[in-house]
Amino acid sequence: MSGLDFVTTRLETALGWGRKFSLFHYPFITACCGMEYMSAACAHFDIDRFGAGLTRFSPRQADLLLVVGTITHKLAPVLRTVYDQMLEPKWVIAFGACTVSGGIYQNYAVVQGIDRIIPVDVYIPGCPPRPEMVLDGLLKLQDKIQHQKQDWRWARKP
Amino acid sequence: MGQEALIDLLREKLGAAVRDVSVSLGDDVVVLDPGSVRPALAALREKPFDYAVLLDMTCVDYAAGEGRFELVYHLYSLSRNVRLRLKASVPAGDPAVASLTGLWKNADWLEREIFDMFGVRFDGHPDLKRLLTYEGFEGHPLRKSYPWRLAQPRIPMKDDV
Repeated sequence: MSGLDFVTTRLETALGWGRKFSLFHYPFITACCGMEYMSAACAHFDIDRFGAGLTRFSPRQADLLLVVGTITHKLAPVLRTVYDQMLEPKWVIAFGACTVSGGIYQNYAVVQGIDRIIPVDVYIPGCPPRPEMVLDGLLKLQDKIQHQKQDWRWARKP
Repeated sequence: MGQEALIDLLREKLGAAVRDVSVSLGDDVVVLDPGSVRPALAALREKPFDYAVLLDMTCVDYAAGEGRFELVYHLYSLSRNVRLRLKASVPAGDPAVASLTGLWKNADWLEREIFDMFGVRFDGHPDLKRLLTYEGFEGHPLRKSYPWRLAQPRIPMKDDV
């Protein structure tokens, strides 16, 4: 049994390593933070260096949801649906002040933080955040993925 | 014909419908009787005024007073390169004014937006329904009487922290 435990631990590490360096992200972009996302995604700052370069435009192929920009109550069901369509394992980054807390908007229209709709793994504040902050947030998410309990197909469920 | 002469002509044509004329930052501002908005703008669209473009249409809620909602029309004349601002106040009880959709097609969505945000009715509008907010939204969010920060979520939300 002790040998099996050893293998399981190694598999966890391997899975974490594989997952954190192959983040296929779905950009859910609604507002001005999109410019900063483009900057972070393109050659100058290049999130591809961290294995997150493959943008998928279908939530079913993505495992990282990047919520970039103001989310209104009108749009909230759409975001919820996109999140629900993603397959496990999945992670969410709240990109920019609006997604973190509603930002400068506190009125009838804007959701006061997307964590009121979907679970969020990493918050990147800023209006908009610098690409360096985005990369820092991405590294923090990778760290989280590496150290979290890995779920896999034949894993024993408690 | 100069701009001043045209304003005089406008007074002559519309008579008592013109309540006030002033100049703001180089552009003429005309305050109209709300009942005569439609004929006044129909006249302004034609020569010699020739305000062919309805640039924008909006509304202001002054919260108190008889004419609570003030509609603001911005016209532009391509041939003469001048702008004109028209204002008309409508009462709070059942704010309504004639629709301009027959004169300018873009009035359609502008009026729907004003209806959505302020609840001003436009008589003669072909399809007066909300433009920006969603189905099931109650009230008109840009009215001063709309509760501050009142959201109307469409899906369940976690409560405020």
